[in-house]
Amino acid sequence: MSLFTLQDVTVAYQKQAILQDFNLSIGEGELVSLLGPSGCGKTTTLRLIAGFLQSKQGKFLFREKDYTKVPVNKRNFGFVFQNYALFPHMTVFDNVAFGLRQRKVSKASIKDRVLRVLDIVSLKGFEERFPAALSGGQKQRVAIARALVIEPDLLLFDEPLSNLDANLRVNMRVEIRRIQQELGITTVYVSHDQEECFSISDKVAIMNKGIIEQLSDPATIYRQPKTKFVADFIGFKNFIQFDSRRQESDGIAATVQGITLYVQQQDNTAGLVGAIRPDDLRLYALDAAPMTVENAVQGKVLISTYLGRSYQYEVQTSIGRFTVNDDAAAAPLANGQDIVLEIPKKQIVLVD
Amino acid sequence: MREKHIGLGIFTFLVFVFLLGPLLIISVTSFEQGTVLKFPPESFSLDWYKNIFEVSGFLETFKVSIYLSLAGNLLALLIGIPAAYALNRFDFKGKALLEGIFVSPIIIPGIVLGFTFLRFFITYYQLPIYAGLFIGHTVIMLPFIIRVVSSSLANFDFSIEEAAVSLGASRIGTFFKVVLPNIKSGIIAGVLIAFLESFNNVDISVFMTGPGVSTLPIEMLTYVQNYFDPTIAALSVVLMIITALFMFFVERLLGLSYFTKR
Repeated sequence: MSLFTLQDVTVAYQKQAILQDFNLSIGEGELVSLLGPSGCGKTTTLRLIAGFLQSKQGKFLFREKDYTKVPVNKRNFGFVFQNYALFPHMTVFDNVAFGLRQRKVSKASIKDRVLRVLDIVSLKGFEERFPAALSGGQKQRVAIARALVIEPDLLLFDEPLSNLDANLRVNMRVEIRRIQQELGITTVYVSHDQEECFSISDKVAIMNKGIIEQLSDPATIYRQPKTKFVADFIGFKNFIQFDSRRQESDGIAATVQGITLYVQQQDNTAGLVGAIRPDDLRLYALDAAPMTVENAVQGKVLISTYLGRSYQYEVQTSIGRFTVNDDAAAAPLANGQDIVLEIPKKQIVLVD
Repeated sequence: MREKHIGLGIFTFLVFVFLLGPLLIISVTSFEQGTVLKFPPESFSLDWYKNIFEVSGFLETFKVSIYLSLAGNLLALLIGIPAAYALNRFDFKGKALLEGIFVSPIIIPGIVLGFTFLRFFITYYQLPIYAGLFIGHTVIMLPFIIRVVSSSLANFDFSIEEAAVSLGASRIGTFFKVVLPNIKSGIIAGVLIAFLESFNNVDISVFMTGPGVSTLPIEMLTYVQNYFDPTIAALSVVLMIITALFMFFVERLLGLSYFTKR
């Protein structure tokens, strides 16, 4: 059963619609990420859920109740900000206790709960410090503790790790996932970092221009992107625009400019665009190509770039340009060399 | 290695003499015993300091000036803080215009402002003298409050407000619990600067004071027209000390750089 639902929501800013007839539904206990390039509407969606923004149309249902008009301070959602937004004039203890004081919790109980939650985020002993005396990672922990202590019905993260350095980011996301699973709090997480989202989420929603292109578990998105945008976003650099396709007994035969490629795809979408990752393509020198090459296409090397671990080639073929990562570093191919490109049928994904 | 500029040294010295010399001369002459201002003084006494309290008008108008500054400050705060908040927090049509109007009393010559107030508040609306003074002083204090409070709001991260609301605080509660404590020093500094502005004001007050009602600077002007003894010099020294103390506190709260950044 879903915990909350956004129903046909429209949000506009200065007459320009940011979200149009937007729908999203999230189940109890899930961690769902909203992932997309800047300006895709992910932060708008999060702020709408939090109540900082009002929708022009549509409904926000929370546990079957209409929350559309419920003000922020009556929602009992925890919000973790990108820039932490700690209260600079209060100690760590008072920062965390703020939400409980608003709820008129007794003094003894406040102390108890604040210390317990500071323990969860590994910040015991920092109670009397002021935010200015904390590192970025510590500030973020305080911000998380402050949102957790009110026992929120929903936890919202707005790019919480983007101000931290790379190592700390990895540690913190593991931490966030651990805390979320330990407490079983339904969480919506916004980020533009693909790895971050994939590593912590039960489900990822890839957003583009105010719509969700795909909402699935990370592995499915990684293997089976539904649209060209999603495929492009998660690293399928090569796209083939097919002219037609037909179902065969063991897969799909797709045709482009008279050349037929075989696609071994389970999930049958109606798409006519084939997407392939650079890592999944293979290259052979024309005179050294084995006989068993699948979906062979002839072409020429345009540019070869040494990447250290592998070579990256730009290849021109009769059905378009391809980017290929090839680790056959022993005998690199030269610019202008004639080649055979292998497009393994397992690796082609047909997308909309 | 530091270079020595003899020319620059002399120039700096002259600037200081030019700026501080008159104040020094006033301070020294205030200790003269004779009934006429003299420099250098020929004798030493504190008689004229005593005289400040014996001239009936000074103490009384000093009180008027203080009350006026305090009352005007209060009203200026009540208008100025919400105004500064709105100007910094929200984007709305006519914001630049509103900002200009709020700051205009600094730009318009005081004498023009004073005369306008006289024409309208006193001549046209027949307001009592105290009411006119009160409104006039509030108007000249307001820009200082708005400017100083604005500059501390400019450094304020408004997502902190959202954090407070998301934790259950009401909008009003958020303002008092989160916004106000963080702009406190700006407000205090604004109050002190506005206080000085009002306390030292002549150009508005000179139009707005009337029979039996005066402020200290106006009373001093009147006194100088009639007497030439060092009482005013002594009073000036007292006011200098008060002003210096005020500026000391403002500097501690805000840094003098605020005044050079205009």
